[in-house]
Amino acid sequence: MGLIEQLLKGDRRAAARAMRLVEDNYPEGREILKRVYPYSGRAYVIGITGPPGAGKSTMIDKLVKHLRKQGKKVGIIAIDPTSPFSGGAILGDRIRMQEHSLDEGVFVKSLATRGHLGGLAKCTDDIIQVMDAMGLDIIIVETVGVGQDEVDIVKTADTTIVVTVPGLGDDIQAIKAGVLEIADIFVVNKGDKPEADKTVRELKIMIDMSAPREDGWKPKVYKVSALKDEGFEELIQGIYEHKKFLEKTGRFESYRKDRLENLFLIMLKDKLANNLISKMKEKGIYDKLINEMFEKKIDPYSVVESIECECSIEGEKI
Amino acid sequence: MSQERKIKILIAKPGLDGHDRGAKVVARALRDAGFEVIYTGLHQSIDQIVQAALEEDVDAIGISILSGAHMYVFPTLMQKLKEAGLDDVVVFGGGIIPLDDIPKLKEVGVKEIFLPGTPLEEIIEWVKNNVKPRPVKL
Repeated sequence: MGLIEQLLKGDRRAAARAMRLVEDNYPEGREILKRVYPYSGRAYVIGITGPPGAGKSTMIDKLVKHLRKQGKKVGIIAIDPTSPFSGGAILGDRIRMQEHSLDEGVFVKSLATRGHLGGLAKCTDDIIQVMDAMGLDIIIVETVGVGQDEVDIVKTADTTIVVTVPGLGDDIQAIKAGVLEIADIFVVNKGDKPEADKTVRELKIMIDMSAPREDGWKPKVYKVSALKDEGFEELIQGIYEHKKFLEKTGRFESYRKDRLENLFLIMLKDKLANNLISKMKEKGIYDKLINEMFEKKIDPYSVVESIECECSIEGEKI
Repeated sequence: MSQERKIKILIAKPGLDGHDRGAKVVARALRDAGFEVIYTGLHQSIDQIVQAALEEDVDAIGISILSGAHMYVFPTLMQKLKEAGLDDVVVFGGGIIPLDDIPKLKEVGVKEIFLPGTPLEEIIEWVKNNVKPRPVKL
C-alpha cells in the first residue's frame, strides 16, 4: 500500500512522512496534497496565540486531555521561530505536552517558521490538510508567541483563541491591538493567581466598549488554570458555541472559502514570481538588471511596470 | 517553489538522568549550525522517544545519558525503532559512557558516541557528514 493510502487510513508513520515531504517542499509533497485535497475540510481548526509566557503549550496539554475524554482525535501543530542567523531552530513545545506522548489519538507536529512572518510556518495550511486527511477531528495550531503581529492565525483557524496571563504588566495593553481584534475567545491562563479575576473583568469591559464585530459574534472570556486543571470544560463549551454560531450564520462556509482563496492567492503569486525570476536568471539578465537599477541607469518601478506575461490556466490561455 | 530540506534531529534525555545542560548545549550548537532540533525534555521513556521520532519524522536521534544506563537504553531504543519502522534513523549519543562499551553500542547500531570533552565542532561536522535526508518513496 502506498504512502497516501496508508495516510488516508490514519497510519501515523505515513502521516508523519507525508508531513515532512510537504514541509520540505518535495515534489512528492505536492503530489500528496493534490491527492488528499478532496478529503480535507472535516477537521475543526482551533488557533491559539498570545504572548510568550502565557502558558499556551501547557494550556493546550490540558485542553487536549479534556477533548480526548470526549473521544476526539486531536492534532497539534506547535510552531517555534527559526533563527534568522543560522536558519536552524529549537522546537521545544513538545516538552509541555508530555501527558499525551503515548496516546495514539493525539499527534504532535513541531514546525519552525523558516523565516515566514505572521506567527505561522508557510506550510501550516498544508500540514493541516494532511492531519485532516489522516482522520483527526480537531487540529490545534499554536502560533509563535510574540503577541504583536501574529495575526495570520485568523486566516487559518475556525476559532481563534488569544491566551493571556494576569500580571503581565500592562495586562490588556500587553496584548497589542491587532491580536486583540482577532480573538473569538479570550483565555486568562494561570487563573489560580489572585489578579486573574481582575484581568477577566478588564477584558470583558474592553469587549463591551468595543464596536460590535461585523459578524455579530461577541468574544467570550474564560479563566483557566492549567496547573489546577480547572475551567477547561467551560472553555470547550465556549468553542462549541462559537462553532454553532458560525454554522448558524453561514460564516463557517464563507470563512473557509476565504481561507481557500487566501491559500490559492499565496501559491499563485509564489509561482508567478518564481517562474519569472528563474527565467531571468536563466537568460542571465537578473544580476545585470539589479546592477543597472543600483547604478540608477533604470528605476525598479519602470522595470516592474514593463513586465508582461503570457499565461495559461488549466490548459486555457488567459 | 524551491526545496527547503532541513535536517531534523531529536535530542532526548531518557530515564532518571536529571542533568540536561549537556543536551541543551548540543541542541543549541546544532541549531546554530542550521539544523532543526526537537528537544524532548527530561525523563523520557524509550517509548516516548520513539513516538516523538516517529511523529516528527526525524533524520537522527541524539541520546544523552549520564546515569550509566546506556547498555539498557541504546539496545532497547534500537529494537523499538526497528519495530516502529524507523531503522533508517541515525542514532548517536553522548554522556558518561565507558570507552569499553562503545564497540558494543556500535554493534547494536548506534552510529557514534561522543564522550565529554568532545569539541562541539567535531559533533557538528560528524552530523553534517553522517546524517542525510532519507530517501522518498510514495
